[in-house]
Amino acid sequence: MKRMICVMMALCLFVPIGGKAIAKETVKIGLITPLTGDVKTFGESIKNAFAIAVEEYSKKGKYTIQTVIADDRNDPTEGANAALKLVTQDKVAAIIGPATSKVAIPVSVIATQYKVPMITGTATNPKVTFSDGKRKPYVFRACFVDNFQGVVAANFALKDLKAKTAAVLYDVSNDYSKGLGEYFKPTFTKGNGKVVAFESYQKDDVDFSALITKVALKKPDVVFLPDYYNKVALIARQIREKGIKAALVGSDGWDSPELVKIGGSSIIGGYFVSHYSPDRKDPIAEAFIKKYKARHGIVPDALAALTYDAAGILFKALDTAKNPRSEELLKALAPTKGYKGVTGTISFDTNGDAVKSAVILKVEKSGFRYTTTVNP
Amino acid sequence: MEQASYIAAQVINGLQLGAVYALIALGYTMVYGILRLINFAHGDIFMLGAFVAYFLISRFGMPLYLVFFATMAVTALSGYLMEKIAYKPLRNAPRISLLITAVGVSLFLEYFCSLRSIFTPDYIGFPRPFEMETYNFSPGGFEFSFTNVQALIFAITFSALVLLYLLVYRTKQGRAMRAVSYDQETAALMGINIDNTVSLTFMVGAALAGMGGVLYGIAYPQINVFMGIMPGIKSFIAAVLGGIGIIHGAVIGGLIVGVSEVIVSAFLSSTYRDGVIFVILLIVLLVKPSGIFGKRSDKV
Repeated sequence: MKRMICVMMALCLFVPIGGKAIAKETVKIGLITPLTGDVKTFGESIKNAFAIAVEEYSKKGKYTIQTVIADDRNDPTEGANAALKLVTQDKVAAIIGPATSKVAIPVSVIATQYKVPMITGTATNPKVTFSDGKRKPYVFRACFVDNFQGVVAANFALKDLKAKTAAVLYDVSNDYSKGLGEYFKPTFTKGNGKVVAFESYQKDDVDFSALITKVALKKPDVVFLPDYYNKVALIARQIREKGIKAALVGSDGWDSPELVKIGGSSIIGGYFVSHYSPDRKDPIAEAFIKKYKARHGIVPDALAALTYDAAGILFKALDTAKNPRSEELLKALAPTKGYKGVTGTISFDTNGDAVKSAVILKVEKSGFRYTTTVNP
Repeated sequence: MEQASYIAAQVINGLQLGAVYALIALGYTMVYGILRLINFAHGDIFMLGAFVAYFLISRFGMPLYLVFFATMAVTALSGYLMEKIAYKPLRNAPRISLLITAVGVSLFLEYFCSLRSIFTPDYIGFPRPFEMETYNFSPGGFEFSFTNVQALIFAITFSALVLLYLLVYRTKQGRAMRAVSYDQETAALMGINIDNTVSLTFMVGAALAGMGGVLYGIAYPQINVFMGIMPGIKSFIAAVLGGIGIIHGAVIGGLIVGVSEVIVSAFLSSTYRDGVIFVILLIVLLVKPSGIFGKRSDKV
């Protein structure tokens, strides 16, 4: 008898109250992103874009989305802690992010361990989805990978800038920066270029005088700076102050309005590889750009666009999956083909990476200008 | 000849870095000399200096010489408060309590300043109050150059050192400092006000660190609340290397650390940089446990 009462009471909990329509089931989605620290503009763009994606989905989607946002400060330990909290305490159905490869790599290990699907919009290092000869089955990304990005940068330096010699400065403690430096070098050498300096620095360095004096001696045609905007701006200033005239070439980590603010005239005229150009003529892109601009007053950068796409892919999978549990979600997510996003058409390959074209943007005083597109 | 010029250029880079380390190391050494306390929060006072200067320059457009004085006043005040609030109640406590408190003060300053209502948790660009200019010289084909930033750093560090020497060895307060460092109880019996002397030492040390913060911001124009940690550690090494408690030891130690950092980055790899500095420290301490200029009695 007692048991019956219990069951009945439990059933009562599921009865819709007051005859309203049956409430949608709630699904928790976690977002890990750097809201403070050295790449905080990445986090801001990502958070803004994520909010737009969630809002749009809530209007028509199968579930109500509850978001849990965590700040990783672009620190691998913070990111791993945040991920653990999201999967063990908040019990999120999926994770969007982290933004940077150095945080995404440890988080991808946790996602795999706890079998929580994770889609990063922007982490480009190959190790995010694939390491030690193994595919991490729960991890996906909406962007291209660094072995492609490094090749694009090297070919651009060789063919478009007609560079014969290059110097590479990279952060040895950052997988993203180090990886890109290592992908740039062989391509540049194969194209009859010569890498005259291949120098590393540490995460917290602000004094690059030793390396830059060394680079100045070698007089390279281009300097490749694969790092995030803050460090790049600082290095660029010191490069110009030492009187080096070389063209500066970089990677998608440059993409921030702070780049020109901190770097000033030193960084203007530099080129970097990016994921999309806001000048893209495409109805989906235009709609998103218009909405983002209306809300935040600026054109969305690649980080915003990629996160919007990553969230879009996840939401589409949520709607097609039988239920929002990890196995079903994964089954719906993995075969994603031809998803039409802001940054182009996205299809996951066997590693869960998106195969997409890259664009080269030029840094100008007023912003970044589209230069060319490179297809894979 | 080109090789010689290159080495000269690298040594000047190293001296620039070392001069800032020297300014911070002076504070470590003075506080240690008086209280036998390694003030771990000293690197954060350095950070405070950089931030105060940032606000003075970007918000009020203050001229540079005023920025220096105002920043030093603010950091001296924070050094005074830090001593009064955190360390003075523990004056007679075991030394380990003081040490742990110092770590606590350091963490407090870092995370308190990273609140949006205080400073910011973000990295910000430091507005350099003047354009950088490079002066080239070539006496007899031997080329070398230095910048106005380097000239400013050398000039300020050198004059700070001279003033500090005058203070410690030529004034009554300086004599009190030396007496307190030699023997606190006896000094007190001789009518020296211990509290005032300790406060003064903290204030002078903090003012020097604040000055270092301004120079660092000008030389490497980007600041954040954790910027004091690494220079703090390096300067501590510098102070120990030169002989902790000894003023010129801190300066020479700072220059040695700065130059060896740059030389290792230039000729080996930046990966070995910190390792080499610790090896130098270990060798010096093995040969001479009290540091390069240290006396055997471990007193100033």
